[in-house]
Amino acid sequence: MTDVLEVTLRSVSVLAAFLVLPLLVGQAEHKVMAHMQGRLGPMYAGGFHGWAQLVADGVKFVQKEDITPAAADRRVFRFAPAVALVPYLVAMAVIPLSPDLVAADAPASALFVLATTAVGILGTLMAGWASANKYSLLGAMRSAAQLLSYELPLVLAVASVCLAAGSLSLGGIAQAWSPWWLIWQLPGALVFLVAAVAELQRPPFDMPVADAEIVFGAYTEYTGLRFAFFLLAEYAGIVVMSLLFAVLYLGGWQGPFSDQLGWLWTLLKGLVIAVVIIWLRVAWPRLREDQLQHLAWIVLVPLALAQLALTGVWVVVSA
Amino acid sequence: MSEPRTPRSGGALPGLLKGLATTARTLARPTHTTEYPDAPPHLPPRSRGVIALLEENCTSCMLCARECPDWCIYIDSHKETLPATTPGGRERQRNVLDRFAIDFSLCMYCGICIEVCPFDALHWSPEFEYSELDIRDLLHEKDRLGQWMPTVPPPPALDEHSAEPAEVAAANKPARPARAAGAPPPARAARAERPERPERPARAERPARAERPEGTARPEPPADSVPAEPPTPPSTASESGSAETKSPEPTSGEDQ
Repeated sequence: MTDVLEVTLRSVSVLAAFLVLPLLVGQAEHKVMAHMQGRLGPMYAGGFHGWAQLVADGVKFVQKEDITPAAADRRVFRFAPAVALVPYLVAMAVIPLSPDLVAADAPASALFVLATTAVGILGTLMAGWASANKYSLLGAMRSAAQLLSYELPLVLAVASVCLAAGSLSLGGIAQAWSPWWLIWQLPGALVFLVAAVAELQRPPFDMPVADAEIVFGAYTEYTGLRFAFFLLAEYAGIVVMSLLFAVLYLGGWQGPFSDQLGWLWTLLKGLVIAVVIIWLRVAWPRLREDQLQHLAWIVLVPLALAQLALTGVWVVVSA
Repeated sequence: MSEPRTPRSGGALPGLLKGLATTARTLARPTHTTEYPDAPPHLPPRSRGVIALLEENCTSCMLCARECPDWCIYIDSHKETLPATTPGGRERQRNVLDRFAIDFSLCMYCGICIEVCPFDALHWSPEFEYSELDIRDLLHEKDRLGQWMPTVPPPPALDEHSAEPAEVAAANKPARPARAAGAPPPARAARAERPERPERPARAERPARAERPEGTARPEPPADSVPAEPPTPPSTASESGSAETKSPEPTSGEDQ
């Protein structure tokens, strides 16, 4: 009986984090982006500096009509947002905030996170295919090509960290982390960050939803709550990738008073990375489709391979 | 496609860092945007917000309504007869404005009505906060248009070395010396002695025009009557003056 209660409690807390943290990141994006552009951002919703803007947006999305195009493949079309959203929910369950604050302590959680986040692309592909819209299909093809290209450097960069820590568990990696990794794993960290931004289809890698070229890519035909789910998936993805970066490369909960405030350190480091991802969106223009592939295969994959070799040599030498 | 290397930019990486630095600097500075209802906008001089009506100046001449490109000015008026002020004097008629309305849902803020108004009854006001929930409420009647009048800013100062405005020049002119009874005015007398008799042929046409039957097209409307007056000798001034006052009446009859 206690097992059932514990599982329920863990699931509910993961769900709560899944609903709250993306909104926090979204609000941070609103305000940070606005101030980077000399604007104020939302100021009225909720009274104090527009803190409730995203809640109001959610209420608006719920009220909107849910349209399924006549020519669409109805079942696939309606199922796609869930496929895009759920993988990040699952991935969030295995990311540790501190050694004992983790919803599901899987032994190979690094592998598990990579595997689940890669499923999210299926949702985009389903959405693009089922929409019966050429722009949707183009967008889906673009995101498929993009995610295939960037999955490889992402996996190689994580493999390097796992090799250095001698563990596939995220908790074990964070435990083995030392400040020396900041230099040793720096190329891998850069590759991971760039590949993560590309995986999230965030600017400067937002060709799949490039509004000047293909309307809104795979999400063109979506309205109302289903569209909001795709947006939520994007921000949940930022949360997952930022926390993953914090755990893999920044030592997670390691820091002063890590016994009591470890979870706060992880969240703070993740928030910093999320702000960096927002910062990149504000500062940089979108890449062209061929430049995107060029960057992945000519720059990132060799860099990740070199990092893997460096890590391997060092591990063997120092052992 | 390989990136073309321009000598100025110095490669992709410094450019990317520069972009990050610019946005970070803007983030650190206080924002320069203020939001409208909290901070009133800084309007430039001569802003066109709304058209104000100074009812006392309006003669119901309809010039504004006729010149309006989208016909959004509505004027109703009637004539009132004023009794003669002196015994044996003539009764005067004047226009009384019954309705003056501007439909701001049609107005395109061209300002032609304000330009053409000969008596400065219409003015630009910079007020712009008169939006309505119902488009029909954008029809401002004359009392509403008159309420904008206090918001009209004073005219901007003239440029340096510009010519004196006509009104000021007229007011500053020395008053005419009082005319001695019986004696012809000095200006008129001087003009009468001018050797301008060869211009008579133009004057000779006038009786012919007076005899012309009504309804025929006139080659040049009242324009010729105005320059024709000055050469008139003082002795015939009263006769020609009566002829001048009579002649417009049939022409206005033609117009209608």
